Amino acid sequence: MNLYADIALSHLSSRRRQTVASLAGVVVGVAFFLAVSSLMRGSERDFIRRLVDTAPHITVSDEFRTARTQPAVLAYPQGAVHIARVKPPVDRRGIRQYAQRLALIDALPDLRAAPVLVGQVILSFGGRDEAVSLTGIEPARMAGVSTIDEDIVAGSLKALDIDPNGILVGRTLADELSLGMNDTLSVVAPGGAVRTLRIVGLFDTGNVNYDRRQTFARLKRVQALLNRPDAANSIIVKLDDPYRAREVATHIEKAIGYKSVSWQEASQNILNTLMVRNIIMYSVISAILVVASFGIYTVISTVVMERTRDIAILKSMGFHAADIRRIFVIEGIVIGLLGSLLGCVGGSALMWVAQQTQVTVPGQATPVNLPIYWGADQFALSAFFALLSAVAASYLPARKGGAVQPVDILRGAA
Amino acid sequence: MSETLLVAEGLTRVLAGEVPVTLVADVDLRIGAGEFVVIRGPSGSGKSSLLYLLGLLDRPTSGRLLLDGEDTSTYDEDQLAGARLRKLGFVFQFHFLLPDFSNLDNVLMPMRRLGRLDRDAQHERALGLLRDLGLAGHERKRPSQLSGGQRQRVAIARALANEPVLLLADEPTGALDTKASANVRDILRELAHDRRCGIIAVSHDPDFASAADRHVELLDGRIVA
Repeated sequence: MNLYADIALSHLSSRRRQTVASLAGVVVGVAFFLAVSSLMRGSERDFIRRLVDTAPHITVSDEFRTARTQPAVLAYPQGAVHIARVKPPVDRRGIRQYAQRLALIDALPDLRAAPVLVGQVILSFGGRDEAVSLTGIEPARMAGVSTIDEDIVAGSLKALDIDPNGILVGRTLADELSLGMNDTLSVVAPGGAVRTLRIVGLFDTGNVNYDRRQTFARLKRVQALLNRPDAANSIIVKLDDPYRAREVATHIEKAIGYKSVSWQEASQNILNTLMVRNIIMYSVISAILVVASFGIYTVISTVVMERTRDIAILKSMGFHAADIRRIFVIEGIVIGLLGSLLGCVGGSALMWVAQQTQVTVPGQATPVNLPIYWGADQFALSAFFALLSAVAASYLPARKGGAVQPVDILRGAA
Repeated sequence: MSETLLVAEGLTRVLAGEVPVTLVADVDLRIGAGEFVVIRGPSGSGKSSLLYLLGLLDRPTSGRLLLDGEDTSTYDEDQLAGARLRKLGFVFQFHFLLPDFSNLDNVLMPMRRLGRLDRDAQHERALGLLRDLGLAGHERKRPSQLSGGQRQRVAIARALANEPVLLLADEPTGALDTKASANVRDILRELAHDRRCGIIAVSHDPDFASAADRHVELLDGRIVA
């Protein structure tokens, strides 16, 4: 074996108890680093997955980011007269000619789009009135852009096509109003129109608030009910690759003019929060490793102090200062590597235990397992951090060892 | 006198401090191959300090030191270490063997650092040295399992590992009984005469000194005889 490694190992084995203690520090540090980071990363991914799955990747709404240019300005771009306080033209709400715009979006690759018309209505049943959001959908298209199809616990999305007067309600709302499948209820629109709709499906997304406030009906029915024939107030887009949303949203907005918001833009504050959370987490768990590195520093400092005589003799033999430094840095690397390895094993065990743990999230009905991210990158990251702090911790005493002047030691010993 | 190994000219070493202490003053010395020189003098006369200077373990405050014809005063730390590795061997009063390694491994250490020989040749040479010094059968033992005289012989074997041109010994028999001292003394004399290795030893053991070709008397850091 390598000469320096030989000497390094002889030092570590002569200080076995201390070596094991400092090793334990690294093992615990790496294990907790992994456990915490895998849980944080897991929950973050889980959160984003929910965000990406349940929310549209891109929402094209019936708004503009900037008010449209006044016709007068278009007609006279070089006009000398400035007219102040011109009000923007009042548009009727809704995406104009949504069918053509939908066709434009449909022409883009790797995505699915669905038009929706959302309005606030009042459900009236058995003397109780509930204000809910009624979303008009085209069932076939909606199935492509939303997970609502998977959350249906009774009936189906397609039933809306069969029964033009069908409505889907959340199970929570149905339970509250003691409604069941095929029951009828009255829907009152803000304009005063009243329709009797029949429940053709129940859904349960796990989000209690959503299940209570959200209902679905056919687009045509909602258009008629809200007196907005041939209108949609947003187009929902789902991408095969959700991380392209930002770029595709920009593209769509350029092509059709209406404000297109990607999920990243819509959840900017949440994503920012997640980032801050990651920074906090990594600083805290890195601190564990820094603390562990103090253990390495202590053991190697002790060895250097104990071995000044050996260092002196090695140097008198012709070892360079760099050779001596290398010996002690190797000791740090050995502890760091071994600690990383055992820490990864211990961390995996912790992660496995965490994954078996079930918790009930507030607002959710069913208990879920703790989300754990098993990515290799964080194993590499924790091992890298551990190694880095081990090398840094051993370098200081190693430098001291390298600077030992044999004469000083020999004079003292003679 | 045969070819010159080491030339010291006006070698002076002053320990800096509030009151500077002159350890070695204006020493001129010339050592030839195969010469066995003993530095003598009362304690505190600067014997060991001179030996450290001659052994490139310490730098002179002024003066020149030529080893094998090369001026070492311009050497940096690493070059000094390199010269020690290739050309010098040290034996100290206390054996200074590495306690965690076998006697064989201790002898191998300078050779492994130098890497001039391949692994097998290193082993062969180390075993040969131990055998020559009467340590056959003790190769796998730790230094702590040997007697003082045996340890000192392992230390000599280690000092000879890289075929040094000059061996420096600081009170090599200082911690040994009469019989072991005589043994070490005879070994060193044979080395000088048979291997043509220059030997500079510090000793105030008259018995040991009697084996030398030449004596250098030191008093207050100056050569007096």
